[in-house]
Amino acid sequence: MVLLKMKFPFQKRVRLAQGLWLLSWVAMFSGAITFTMGAFLKTELHRRSEVMHSMDIHIVPNLLMAVGLASVGINIFAGKVCQDSLDPSRFPRWKTFLPPFFCFSVFLTSLLLVAMILSFALQPSLEESLKIGLKNGIRFYKDTDTPGRCFQKETIDRLQIEFQCCGNTDYRDWFEVQWISNRYLDFTSKEVKDRVRSNVDGRYLLDGVPFSCCNPASPRPCIQYSLRDNSVHYNYEYQTEELNLYSRGCRQALVSYYMGLMNTIGPCVLFDFLLQMAILVSLRYLQTAMEGVIGQEDVEIETDGYILEKGVKETLLETKEKVKKLLQFAQVGDASATTTDAQPEEEKPATA
Amino acid sequence: MAVLPIKFTKTKRDKLAQVLWVLNWISVVTGIILFSLGIFLKVEINKRQDLMAESQLQSVPNMLIAVGLIACLINFLGGKICYDCVDTNKFLRWKLVMLPYIICTFFFTLSVLVGALMCYSMHGQLEEALTLGLRDAMRHYKDTDTPGRCFLKRTVDLLQIQFQCCGNEGYRDWFQIQWVSNRYLDMSQREVVDRLRSNVEGKYLMDGVPFSCCSVNSPRPCIQHQITNNSAHFNYDFQTEELNLWTRGCRQALRDYYTNIMHSVGLTVLIIWLFELSVLTGVRYLQTSLENVLRQGDPECESDGWLLENSFVETARSNLNIIKHLGKFNQINISSNGDPNLDKPPTAHYGPDNVPPKPLPMAS
Repeated sequence: MVLLKMKFPFQKRVRLAQGLWLLSWVAMFSGAITFTMGAFLKTELHRRSEVMHSMDIHIVPNLLMAVGLASVGINIFAGKVCQDSLDPSRFPRWKTFLPPFFCFSVFLTSLLLVAMILSFALQPSLEESLKIGLKNGIRFYKDTDTPGRCFQKETIDRLQIEFQCCGNTDYRDWFEVQWISNRYLDFTSKEVKDRVRSNVDGRYLLDGVPFSCCNPASPRPCIQYSLRDNSVHYNYEYQTEELNLYSRGCRQALVSYYMGLMNTIGPCVLFDFLLQMAILVSLRYLQTAMEGVIGQEDVEIETDGYILEKGVKETLLETKEKVKKLLQFAQVGDASATTTDAQPEEEKPATA
Repeated sequence: MAVLPIKFTKTKRDKLAQVLWVLNWISVVTGIILFSLGIFLKVEINKRQDLMAESQLQSVPNMLIAVGLIACLINFLGGKICYDCVDTNKFLRWKLVMLPYIICTFFFTLSVLVGALMCYSMHGQLEEALTLGLRDAMRHYKDTDTPGRCFLKRTVDLLQIQFQCCGNEGYRDWFQIQWVSNRYLDMSQREVVDRLRSNVEGKYLMDGVPFSCCSVNSPRPCIQHQITNNSAHFNYDFQTEELNLWTRGCRQALRDYYTNIMHSVGLTVLIIWLFELSVLTGVRYLQTSLENVLRQGDPECESDGWLLENSFVETARSNLNIIKHLGKFNQINISSNGDPNLDKPPTAHYGPDNVPPKPLPMAS
C-alpha cells in the first residue's frame, strides 16, 4: 500500500525539478537568515550574561545557528540533485545517497521545531537564572574594591538606566541590602551607628536607592533617600508618588525583552521549517518519479511518485529488519574470522 | 591644440559607451545615497531641536536632499544617452542635447562640491546654536508645569545620561541657575529663605546637580548635593574627586557628535563628487569622438576625442566673444552711414559672360 501516490508525466517532472531548484535557493537564504537570527540572539544573551546565573537558555540560539548552517548545506545538495534529475544519465549516481540524506534532513529540520518549543519551555529557567543573577548583582553593588566584583556597580547602574527598571522585583529590594560601602560611612556619627545596630547582621540599611533608579520623566528632581519618610521632603507622599523612580523590576524587564526577541524570531523559524519540509517532500516525489525512468529507453514516459513504497508500519518493520541484518552481519563477520583461524590448524595435523 | 586628446577606435567607443551606461546607473544609486544622507542629517538635527537655538543649520541637509534628487534625474538621462550612443544613428537624436547636458552637469557637480564644503564649514553656526539652546533648556529645566516647556527636564536628563555629560561647559553651570521648582521648596524653612535672599534675583541657588549628571563609573554612590562642601560627606575631597560626576560639558559632547557625523557625510559627498566628475569626463570624450565620426562621415573609422577643441585660453576667448556679440544682435550696421533706408547697389552675377542685360525700351 503506497503512501500518497501521485502520477508524474514528463512535463510535470520537469516542472517539479525546476520549481524545486528555485525553491532550494530561497530556502538557502532562509537558512542563512535563521543562522543570523540565532547569532543575534546569542550576542544579546551574552551581553547580559553578568546578571544571569545559568546558561541553559543558550541552547535555543545554538540550535538555531547549527540548523541554519546545516540547512544551507542541505539546500545546496538538493539544488544539485534537482539539476541532475533533468538528465536521466546523471541521476543514478545520487541513488545511494538519497535515503540517508532524507533521514538526516528530516531530523535536522525537526530540530527547528524543538528550538521553538524550547524557547517557550525554558522561560521559567531564564526567570530563575535572572533572579539569582540580579540578587547577586545587588548584593555585590558596594564591592567596587573587590577584584572580580568591582564592575557589578557599573553593570547594575547601566542595566537599570537602559531597561528603565529598579531592583530585582521592584525598588524595595534595595532596602534589604547594604549598597553603600563601609569605606564611605562615617562610623563616628550617631546615625550610622544606630542603623548598623538596628539589624542582626550589622548592615547599614536605609530606605534609599541608587541614582540609576531615578526616572527622568518625573516632574520634580529625583528623591532617592528617605523614600518612606514623607516629612523629610516638601509636598511629597510616597504612597501616591509614581513617577519618581522606575516602577518596573529588572527581572521582569529583562524577561519581557528576551521573550519579545524570541517571539519575533518565532514566525521566521516556523516559515523556514515549513519551507524546508516542503522541499524535502517534493524532492522525495522527484526521486521516486525519476527511479521509474532509470533503465527505460523512453525518457518521456509517465511514472508514479510516492513518499513511501509500502505503508508506514511495513516500512518501519523493513528498516528494523535491515538494521538487525547489519548488526548480525557484523557479528557473523567476527565469528567467521575466528572459525577460519581455527580451521587451518585442524587441517594441518590431518595432512601432516 | 586640443586639451588631452585620445584616439578612439570603433570598438573602444562602443566599450566606452557601455561602461558609461553602467557607471551612470551606479551614479543613480549614489544620488539615492546622497538623498538618504540628507534625510539622515535632517532627522539627526530634528531629534535635538529642543536643544538648539534657531539657526541656518537646516540648509545643509536640505541642499543634500535637493542635490541627491537632481543627481538621480541627471544620471538617469545620462544613462539613456550613453545607451543610445553605441549606435551612430541613434546618436543623431541626442546630438544637439549633449553639449547643453554636459554643461549643466558640470555646473551641477559644482553644487555637489558646494554641498560637501558646507558640511565642513558648519562649525561656527553649530557651536552658537548649541550654546544658546543648552543655556535656555537648562534655565527651563524646572518648568515642568509650563505647557510647551514641560518636556525640557526629561530631554536634558536623557541627554546628560546618553552623552555622558553635565551642564553647558561643566557641572558648575548648574550652580548658577535654579533647577528646583518653587513648588517643591518649603518657603517656611529658614534655609530656603536664606538661599533665596542670598542673590539679587531671588533664585534658589545651590551647589548641587540633577541626578543625570551622576557617573556610572564612580566607585561610591553618587554625591549630587553639597558638592563643594567637603565636610558634608565622609572621605570626600571635591578638588580631587574625578569620577563622581560626568566631567565633560554637553555642548562639547554634542558638538563632537555632530562634527563626526558632518565629517563622515562630507567625505562621502566628496567621493561621490569625484565619481560624478569622472563620469562627466567620460561622457565628454564620448560626445566629442562621436561628433568627429559624424564629421568624417565613416561610422567605422577612428576618431579623436578631447575635453576642449582648442586650448583653455582660446576657448575662453571665443566664449567671451560669443557672449559679447549676444548683446549686439539688435545694433545698427555702421557701414551704410547710419541710414538703414539707403539702397545699396546689389553686386549681382550676370551669368558666365558677366554682361549686364540691356534695359527694356520704355513705352512713351
